[in-house]
Amino acid sequence: MDKIVDLDIAHYKTLLKKYIVTQDEQSLYGVELVSKSFIKNNILPEEIISLHIQALGELYPDINLDVKHSMDFLLEAMISYGLALQEVQILREEQFALKSEISVAASMQDTLLGTTIPDVSGLDIGVISIPANQLNGDYHHFVKGNDGSIGIAMADVIGKGIPAALCMSMIKYAIDSYPEDKMSPKMILKNLNRVVERNVDPSMFITMIYSQYLPSESKLMYASAGHEPGFYYNAAKGTFEEIETEGLILGVLPDTDYKQYELEIHDQDMVIFLTDGVTECRDGERFIETEEVLNVITEYIHLPAQELVTNVYKHFERLQNFQLRDDFTLLILRKEV
Amino acid sequence: MNLNVNIHEDIDKFIVNLSGEIDAYTAPELKENLLPLTKQAGNVVEINFENVEYMDSTGLGIFVSALKSTKENKSSMKLVNLQERILRLFRITGLDKIIDIDTTIRGESVNGKL
Repeated sequence: MDKIVDLDIAHYKTLLKKYIVTQDEQSLYGVELVSKSFIKNNILPEEIISLHIQALGELYPDINLDVKHSMDFLLEAMISYGLALQEVQILREEQFALKSEISVAASMQDTLLGTTIPDVSGLDIGVISIPANQLNGDYHHFVKGNDGSIGIAMADVIGKGIPAALCMSMIKYAIDSYPEDKMSPKMILKNLNRVVERNVDPSMFITMIYSQYLPSESKLMYASAGHEPGFYYNAAKGTFEEIETEGLILGVLPDTDYKQYELEIHDQDMVIFLTDGVTECRDGERFIETEEVLNVITEYIHLPAQELVTNVYKHFERLQNFQLRDDFTLLILRKEV
Repeated sequence: MNLNVNIHEDIDKFIVNLSGEIDAYTAPELKENLLPLTKQAGNVVEINFENVEYMDSTGLGIFVSALKSTKENKSSMKLVNLQERILRLFRITGLDKIIDIDTTIRGESVNGKL
């Protein structure tokens, strides 16, 4: 490396001499390359000035003393820049370390919160969850009960980044500890509310919709804690309806009761759950309206659930000024005979 | 985007005029200004949303904290002049049941379409 720097130093002198005589563009281009090489090799600004002084001295042994003094003065003036540059370099390295730490956290989150779509005959499920930043504050989880029921939790932590991610792990393990087939959605929310209220900072809270599908009865039971309402697609009529939900977000009042609702699902009917990242999407300054989301779903409705949700996300991603301001999660459940 | 927080002391209440957007970036400033007002027993705090164009869920967090503070300190808080989109956020989260919100909607009149 030193050899390269030596070469560059020699080159600098040659270019300087040539430029003083000819003022040609080529020398300027040449010095640009040399300076890039200096940067690469961590040569500080004051070292370049020192090099310049040395070169001038060699080229013009009789240089005007005033000019020489002025160059020494400039050298002194550049020293702080050199220090600042070194600081930036250290920060850059630290930033790199932080970034890789966060990406370790993100992959750990994936492992901790990992969930598999249950394989149930007569049920087609698809889900996509995209974090706005590295860590995801949205969460979904499937539980397969011994009685054949399927539990589906979808949640959104208000507050982003690392605290939200840590909070999600707590929620997941709380849900895991409940005896699934003995607990109804409204009881699960009531219990989780207590966990969140006791353990989480007051400015952070969670919205969740918890549903339970009973394949034997083709019935979906659900309860919502302030979560973005989902949609029910009635295949016979070809219409979407907003799912009726009412309930306070988790973590605000210690003793909260949740309403439970029931929905009968027929062949090819769909239930759509989402987080507010979907309805908070922006295309430039414009919000993407719910109706537009449903139109896009309709466009891909013939596809299997997983391809359907993936295509809906891709549709929005393709918009010219698309901006994902919040984590985006979309889940579709379709009954098939 | 910015958020301007302007506190006006009326005869019997504090009026907090907000204008701009409430999101993760502007929420800390709102919290800093709003919470001290709720900490004095007997204070009546009215928050005017007339010029708030956008609020995300981070903003909800601030109002939940403020609500808790009013309960602990025996003060009170009311939100007025909310735009439809923001009111929807309070409704979905069930917070409209525990926070005093004047639900008279302004909104369309802004564009002269009323």
